[in-house]
Amino acid sequence: MKDWRYWLAEQRGTLLALGIFIVMFVIYTSNHPAGFTANVVQTASNKGVLLAFVAMAQTLVVLTAGIDLSVGMIFLLTNCLASWLVVGSPTQTAFGVIAVLLVGLLCGAINGAIVIYGRLQPIVATIATGAVYYGIGLLLRPSPGGSVNEDLADALTGRVFGVVPASLVVLLAVVLVIWVPFSRSVLGRAAYAAGSSETAAYMSGVPIRRGKFAAYALAGLLAAIGGLFLTFFTYTGEAAYASGNAYTLFSIAAVVLGGVSLFGGKGSAIGAIFGALAFRTIGDLLFVFDFDPLWQPLFQGVILLVAVSLGAFALFRVRNRLEWFL
Amino acid sequence: MDGVVPLFRMEGISKRYGGVRALEKAELVVSAGSIHAILGENGAGKSTLIKVMAGVVAPDEGAMTLDGREVTFASPGAANKAGIVCIFQELSLIPELSVADNIVISDPPTRFGMIDRKAQRRIAEQALARAGAADIHPLALVKDLPLSRRQMVEIAKALARKPRILILDEATSALTAADVAKIFGVLKRLREEGLALLYISHRMNEIAELADHCTVFRNGRNVASYKAGSKSDNEVVELMIGREYSHIFPPKPAAVPATAAPRLEARKLSWADRLDNISLTVRAGEVVGLGGLDGQGQRELLLAFFGVLRGLGGQVLIDGKPVTIASPAAAREDRIGMALIPEDRKTEGLMLPMTVRENLSFAALDRLSKVGIIDRASEQRLIDDMVGLLAIKTAGLDIPVGALSGGNQQKVVIAKWLMRQPRIILLNDPTRGIDVGTKQELYQLMRKLADAGAAILFYSTDYDELIGCCDRVLVLYDGAVKRELVGAEITERALIASALNIHGEESPVGLGASA
Repeated sequence: MKDWRYWLAEQRGTLLALGIFIVMFVIYTSNHPAGFTANVVQTASNKGVLLAFVAMAQTLVVLTAGIDLSVGMIFLLTNCLASWLVVGSPTQTAFGVIAVLLVGLLCGAINGAIVIYGRLQPIVATIATGAVYYGIGLLLRPSPGGSVNEDLADALTGRVFGVVPASLVVLLAVVLVIWVPFSRSVLGRAAYAAGSSETAAYMSGVPIRRGKFAAYALAGLLAAIGGLFLTFFTYTGEAAYASGNAYTLFSIAAVVLGGVSLFGGKGSAIGAIFGALAFRTIGDLLFVFDFDPLWQPLFQGVILLVAVSLGAFALFRVRNRLEWFL
Repeated sequence: MDGVVPLFRMEGISKRYGGVRALEKAELVVSAGSIHAILGENGAGKSTLIKVMAGVVAPDEGAMTLDGREVTFASPGAANKAGIVCIFQELSLIPELSVADNIVISDPPTRFGMIDRKAQRRIAEQALARAGAADIHPLALVKDLPLSRRQMVEIAKALARKPRILILDEATSALTAADVAKIFGVLKRLREEGLALLYISHRMNEIAELADHCTVFRNGRNVASYKAGSKSDNEVVELMIGREYSHIFPPKPAAVPATAAPRLEARKLSWADRLDNISLTVRAGEVVGLGGLDGQGQRELLLAFFGVLRGLGGQVLIDGKPVTIASPAAAREDRIGMALIPEDRKTEGLMLPMTVRENLSFAALDRLSKVGIIDRASEQRLIDDMVGLLAIKTAGLDIPVGALSGGNQQKVVIAKWLMRQPRIILLNDPTRGIDVGTKQELYQLMRKLADAGAAILFYSTDYDELIGCCDRVLVLYDGAVKRELVGAEITERALIASALNIHGEESPVGLGASA
């Protein structure tokens, strides 16, 4: 086989997600009264990147065969924090942004430390830390409020050169600065290896703990970037419990749509981004076809089920039935 | 070698797991530029020895020296750094990563902090070429490769780490004959390059071709060390035997007449590359043993009968009638009446956190319930019978089964199936890790069940058990039945010789059994 075919096989999940997204987005824009205009793309992008950041965060942890149920809460906590800190002069704003990102990183690091060194199961550990993060967010913003540096907010949610949505540019930059280096670093490979087969990774002398720790910590950072963007869109901070939970669950859906294996070791954050964008487009599709928004959860569920079933075909090839349970 | 510091030396290494001693003051000297074969039967301590060398387990006592300096390894990574690289029997490849990723996994080449993919590709290609496996594409995912190719990747991966001591633990077990020939060429070249190679294999012909030096292990000790070729196969088998009988077996009844109709019959069973045209019969009242080295297809054979394997070739007959058994649930139905006592009671036999009562009833719930509701009274009656019959020692029926001793846990697994009164009982190494007293009880029970009319197929890694319990023993090698031993033919000597698939001179009858 030629090299490109191996590449294709490896990227199959990502490409499938890209395909699903493009199909849905084309249907959406071609039925939109305004059509494929910069404005429509900007709105879609601004809605999509929030889930995309949280889904990237989820991807990192899922790759290690873990799960992070606190991403939505880190997203909320950093939103509340940003509504206090990302204000004032450009210097103050810059420090605010850095502080918010560091808090996200810290939240992720705490998750990682508990899971790796405390040896707790990720699902339990992150439910607990998620509640703690939400609690802190609630203390910061008992009721919705606060403000944000509007110049920065408008710049990052507007358009570059009048056409390209700035939020997409930021998303691309985050991919290039965080995901690409991580996935190609020794730590990133350790995270993949630990997710695929922790025993084999240990036997091969792979730095499993550092790899997993980096994945959890960076997940916190990515969720915080999402939280910042939420503040830029809403100009306020709000500890909305339901919204945090929805983001956590949708991030898992986006990850699965994006071809990332919940068993770990397989997939890419780029796939998860397309998964997130596709998932968001479902709602928009219902809108252009004049469906009642009440249909949205049902449709999201159906699309998710269909996408996940595609991945289950491999089970038909299993010859030893005990392998079903591995 | 006098006067010269050997490359590597182990002195007085001991390791115990619970009450079981795996290694007892073992010694080993490895010198550069030679291939050193390690021999021994199942459980002789070879695997533990390697694991100690490779930093996977820490020894309880003893010392290791490398170049005359004492060393200890906290992890496999540490042993690798010191130049000791092991190719384990259980593959240590990461399935979702590519071949190249795997080859460089412990020390990837980096540029500006990121993995240098070009360099990685180059290293992988070189390593694959060196292992004689240039046909494997470095970008292929490991999980997509067949087992024999994976094994070649494993070897390439070991070579890429530039080892000084390379340990091969049954590294050829999954290879095709052409690959074995290539690997032998590679290993001989490595020897000339000054590496020390430790070669663990059960294939005597491989050892004869490769080894310069051999060490035989028995009961966790090195019992003999000799220059390759200075002993005959029979002498080697003799060295490997020698455990004292420690079990008491019930007397065997007169053989079931060969004319009796078989209860369970297999005709040319084949599955994947693990089972190769296996035909056998088990009659009611018979205990038939499955012998051979670990992993020659015994486990798969039992799973095949029990309806776990898909795509099975050949035919299974119950009472002379062909049947298709599609799942364990179908296997336990009355018309078949089969039970499998699994090898790993902790994962396949018991739900550890659940109570003794619940575990006992699982397999028989359909018989104990009416319209889906469990009849507690008849459940209690049957459980009492079983606890009495098997003398299960438990503080109560409502404590978690995980709190019982290993022997009593195993009794619960067996009792659970006996509650269905199976007509065919498959046992997969049921006495592993349980105490001698319980073992004896199980031997008695097995014979009692056979006398009561059950057909029993019994896989054991313990040769004494096969000798003491079985009316007939089928020895498996590479997924095929290599030999059938009946009655007095079942001796330790015959078992080991056929397990190693040694051809040629017949062993003198009775020699092994008298040990």
